[in-house]
Amino acid sequence: MVILELIFYPGMLFAAVIGLLSSWFERRVSALVQWRVGPPHLQPLYDLIKLAGKETLVPLGANRGLFLLAPVLGFAGATLASLILWKANLGRSFLGDLIVLLYLLVLPSLSVILGGLASGNPVSILGASREIKLVLAYEVSLVLAVIVAILKADSILLSKLGNTISIGSLSGVIAFFIALLAIQAKLGFAPFDIAEAETEIMAGPYLEYSGPPLALFKLTQVMMLFILPLFLMTIFLGGIDFRGLGWLWGLLKYLGVLLAIILIKNTNPRLRIDQAIRFFWRYGLGLALLALILALIGDRVGIRWL
Amino acid sequence: MGSGGSNSKRLNWRAWGVTKSPWVYHLATGTCNNCDIELLDCLTPRYDVERFGIKLVGSPRHADVLMVTGMMNRKVLPRFIEICRQVPKPYIIVALGACGANKGIFHNSYNTVGPVERVVREVLKEDTIVVNVPGCPPKPEAIILGVVKGLKLLLERG
Repeated sequence: MVILELIFYPGMLFAAVIGLLSSWFERRVSALVQWRVGPPHLQPLYDLIKLAGKETLVPLGANRGLFLLAPVLGFAGATLASLILWKANLGRSFLGDLIVLLYLLVLPSLSVILGGLASGNPVSILGASREIKLVLAYEVSLVLAVIVAILKADSILLSKLGNTISIGSLSGVIAFFIALLAIQAKLGFAPFDIAEAETEIMAGPYLEYSGPPLALFKLTQVMMLFILPLFLMTIFLGGIDFRGLGWLWGLLKYLGVLLAIILIKNTNPRLRIDQAIRFFWRYGLGLALLALILALIGDRVGIRWL
Repeated sequence: MGSGGSNSKRLNWRAWGVTKSPWVYHLATGTCNNCDIELLDCLTPRYDVERFGIKLVGSPRHADVLMVTGMMNRKVLPRFIEICRQVPKPYIIVALGACGANKGIFHNSYNTVGPVERVVREVLKEDTIVVNVPGCPPKPEAIILGVVKGLKLLLERG
């Protein structure tokens, strides 16, 4: 039963299908922003099929085992994360699932780092080192923003968080904004696409990958495009309610978050890695702390809008 | 594109995948940049080749179409060979511009090596599909046509 859930409905296949559609949405909206037509709606699937049929090349200087294992690790993390997140939206939650989820969401970044370091290419290693710095930069702000939502919902269960709309307060708005930017960095979208900057370090950690391992990385990225907006939505905007037409409202919220991410991606230039770290540690952390203090005061004194 | 080849042969899904999302790696082997500019024109809103899933990638390991521009000289030859070997199969090569197709105005130059097709056949010794797109520079329409013809050939070969 658990295996079936992992492979089909809330796990791998479901996340992959929604993720592929989201990926098409992302490319299509990007194309419209640039006054183009954009790819057909099956294009992300074609890309995956094509990559699955290509030859797998392992570079001579690479650590073969780790090089081929890294994409599987990230893929497993994304699958489990989608399982936990979707079940929480269905109302089935366990104590500490938020903490497990936060750890699982780091796994794809970790797999990119491992793969980049194992490939033995200097440019890949540069990209992996940038990814490490980026993870260290945004993770604290993200967790602090999530704590604000926990204070608002008065619970650490994901399903309880999903029933609370914590953005309806000042601290909630600030925390949502910070979490949105952190998720932008997690997805590797501009202005935080520093690790795989095509124009400077080609594709960074992905540089030496070809064929099925690259397809697995792309699939993980695509699944994260489904998981991370849903995560943000569950934490701050009150998840999906499956009673009646609630799913339609949930879909609208999801598309809204996705659209915000895509528009930020298309209207911002890439930051340098030092600028990104300074941004997250100075403004991100500062604002997240401010939101936390506001939420604590609001909680103690009983002011709802703080 | 559909099934371009003869119906008697079974459709090769690997080749079919490549025709559906050909990622282009742009390899400049000593060019005057005219062809490169025309190649970038294909990505602009006017031609928008992302409609067909074509996009530029930064690594030869992600590539399906090797877009070779410029007059190859002897210094570049070993690098060209190395990059050709780094591209995962199946893939096609497109020799862009008069120089890559048939040496163009450099036809009697002493320090250049032959057209791309000859290099692939005689130095690399592979039967990879090579499409020549002549012109100085070729129009974006001609570049798109060249890629389409190459992919059709790949599908037919199976």
